[in-house]
Amino acid sequence: MTITSPSSPSSTTSAGDVEGPFLQVEDLTVTFPTQDGPVQAVKGLSYSVELGKTLGIVGESGSGKSVSSMAVMGLHDARSSEITGSIRVGGTEIVGLAESRMRKLRGNSMAMIFQDALAALHPFYRVGDQLAEGYGIHHPKASKRDARRRAIEMLDRVGIPQPDRRVDDFPHQFSGGMRQRAMIAMGLINDPSLLIADEPTTALDVTVQAQILDLLQDLQREFNSAVIIITHDLGVIAEMADDVLVMYAGRCVEFGTTKEILTKPEMPYSWGLLSSIPEVGASTDARLIPIPGNPPSLLKPPSGCSFHPRCAHRDKVPGDLCVTQLPELTSASNRAGHLKRCHLPNPQEIYQTEVLPEIAPDLAEETR
Amino acid sequence: MSQDPNAKVAVDASEIGANAAETGERDLSHHTDVVDDHEALEEAPDFHVLAEQGHVATALDPDAEPIISVDNLKMYFPVKSSGLIRRTVGHVQAVDGISFQVPRGGSLGLVGESGCGKSTTGRLITRLYTPTGGSMMFEGQDLAKLSNSQMRPLRRDVQMIFQDPYTSLNPRHTVGSIVGAPLAVHNIVPKNKILPRVQELLEVVGLNPEHYNRYPNEFSGGQRQRIGIARALTLNPKLLVADEPVSALDVSIQAQVVNLLQDLQKEFNIAFLFIAHDLAVVRHFCPEVAVMYLGKIVEIGDRETIYGQAHHPYTQALLSAVPDVKQAAIGGRRERIRLEGDVPSPINPPSGCRFRTRCQFAQEICAKVEPPLLQIGERHKVACHFAGELGAHPATPVTTDLLAVDDQGSPVPGATPTNKQLTIPGYEKTWYDLKSKQTTGA
Repeated sequence: MTITSPSSPSSTTSAGDVEGPFLQVEDLTVTFPTQDGPVQAVKGLSYSVELGKTLGIVGESGSGKSVSSMAVMGLHDARSSEITGSIRVGGTEIVGLAESRMRKLRGNSMAMIFQDALAALHPFYRVGDQLAEGYGIHHPKASKRDARRRAIEMLDRVGIPQPDRRVDDFPHQFSGGMRQRAMIAMGLINDPSLLIADEPTTALDVTVQAQILDLLQDLQREFNSAVIIITHDLGVIAEMADDVLVMYAGRCVEFGTTKEILTKPEMPYSWGLLSSIPEVGASTDARLIPIPGNPPSLLKPPSGCSFHPRCAHRDKVPGDLCVTQLPELTSASNRAGHLKRCHLPNPQEIYQTEVLPEIAPDLAEETR
Repeated sequence: MSQDPNAKVAVDASEIGANAAETGERDLSHHTDVVDDHEALEEAPDFHVLAEQGHVATALDPDAEPIISVDNLKMYFPVKSSGLIRRTVGHVQAVDGISFQVPRGGSLGLVGESGCGKSTTGRLITRLYTPTGGSMMFEGQDLAKLSNSQMRPLRRDVQMIFQDPYTSLNPRHTVGSIVGAPLAVHNIVPKNKILPRVQELLEVVGLNPEHYNRYPNEFSGGQRQRIGIARALTLNPKLLVADEPVSALDVSIQAQVVNLLQDLQKEFNIAFLFIAHDLAVVRHFCPEVAVMYLGKIVEIGDRETIYGQAHHPYTQALLSAVPDVKQAAIGGRRERIRLEGDVPSPINPPSGCRFRTRCQFAQEICAKVEPPLLQIGERHKVACHFAGELGAHPATPVTTDLLAVDDQGSPVPGATPTNKQLTIPGYEKTWYDLKSKQTTGA
């Protein structure tokens, strides 16, 4: 892994005509200078997403999941943040890219869906005008009528009934689910190759959530785009993502395929996430075991492994390794593609014999 | 002020080291048995201890007497016209004739989509709204009919935990005055005894009792929710209405609060009306669950029945929509029942069955006759003409004999409705068996 300093972008190709993953993030660090000192919200994060694939990012609030994806979108103000490392979208280096060129990419080859659709849509402008604006900017030759037709087409595509009438509505006239659909339509209006969905369904009811997730999946299949889905709902991850990135205190603590991470997690924080959420299909003998304490302050992150003050398995690591030394992101149990950041020598054994019987007694029985 | 937990510990530890011998304050700050999330953990938490603190799902006590019995409760909010003379032009039927019981020391979960009236129900029971109709029998008194002054002494017994810990605590009051206010209002203990009681309560909910003179902004979300819980506990309530108590909290904190509520329920024998849209949390906390849709209860029963053999198409759709972590082992999405469209407006709800506009089994009868909330099992009631397990819904309505109508919902001349137990709040000893279409018992 090489640390790429902000290099001059040689090409500004917008779509996926490059080899390898469409989005490649390497050693990304985002620092915000504050009055109390610098806050490193993201530290040395590396990941990649291929076209047609979905990456799920999980973690608590303040773990850096939104900050890292906003860096990908180039949404951090250069005056109040420092970004180092490399973010390559379709071969174009984003870090250090001039705002004028960034603007050409943003909303065109990459787009973002935000959590709170009511806050993200402008209350004074008609939904259709807000959609058409994005289209018009990236298609300067398109007439107003074209843009409007495209807006109606997108509203129809995301399943809004009577799109030719609803296009002239204001956001407040839409229900929560419809607003989220309109947001998705806005994100997809220029057929972006990379879509970042930041908690796209958190504020929605389960039935609407299911509709939105179905829609995202259909659209991904249709446009073959790369999707990053940020959420704290492991159920959503289980059904949507191909790969999962678990973040804690700005760092990646575990990475692997969804199946690996959710069935054979090797990092105590991932265990904690799994054990602190009741499941709708789990046995009623399953215990709900919280992660003790609160997420750490990023102003003065804990020494060594940042999870150590809350880790219930720290005593199984010899010495005070957890307190003094930051674990490297290494391959877990020699399985390809599964990375973890933990000192525990035998995480699989601990998970199977100690954690699983408490949080999923039925599963533990099966695997025994 | 630095919020860094480690720095905090360093200070505390040195203070204790210096003063513990003479002041003996150490005891106070250390004998909380629930983990205090403001203090960093000085020693590595032991997994087995943590696991012990974590609880399994609450079990049902089938013989518990009801503490509150709600019968045919209604809440209509007037819709006013615009203009100078604001006439009432319609009503939002937020809650329209619901009946249920909460067992003493038990918990009933209330689930449904936003706008189904579950929060309104909670506010009716705490009498933050005066109901339009119906009764709420609590300890021999009908809460629905009491005046505000008559209600005041009863407010001790019925308390509420609010959803958002950021807006439900007055930012200009200290924790001590927030938690102590109910004691002062109800004049229960002398003024100089308020503080010890507040500290006791803070300890019960796992906060440091020394923090009574801090302000809410000095606490994290999970801790604020604990303050809200302490306030609700101040007067030893018999019934707590918890309106989405964990949905504003971070995932890892949710479990802490749910475990705390389970501890409190056991310790003080408090009954809970637990309102939430998260079906998994409700399943964990409530042995009995009621599903609401557009102001009505469509299905109510014990946990195993509702989550295992739901008979109402809406409950089935709701359950199939919940994403499941176990799906990771299989890959792809689960088979789900797709509900089209949105919830209709409660100002002008659909005739007959309110769910029929989105129901795949709806037929003519559903538009003509409203299905009664029919008891079909020992602890199971459902309001559907085509009630049946998933994939086994009957082809003809099951309710025709009871309602004296034919399969299309038109009244049968000469026949009289035979059902007498349509809206009682609790469960009968006998029920209507769907297979034999006869009333049977255990």
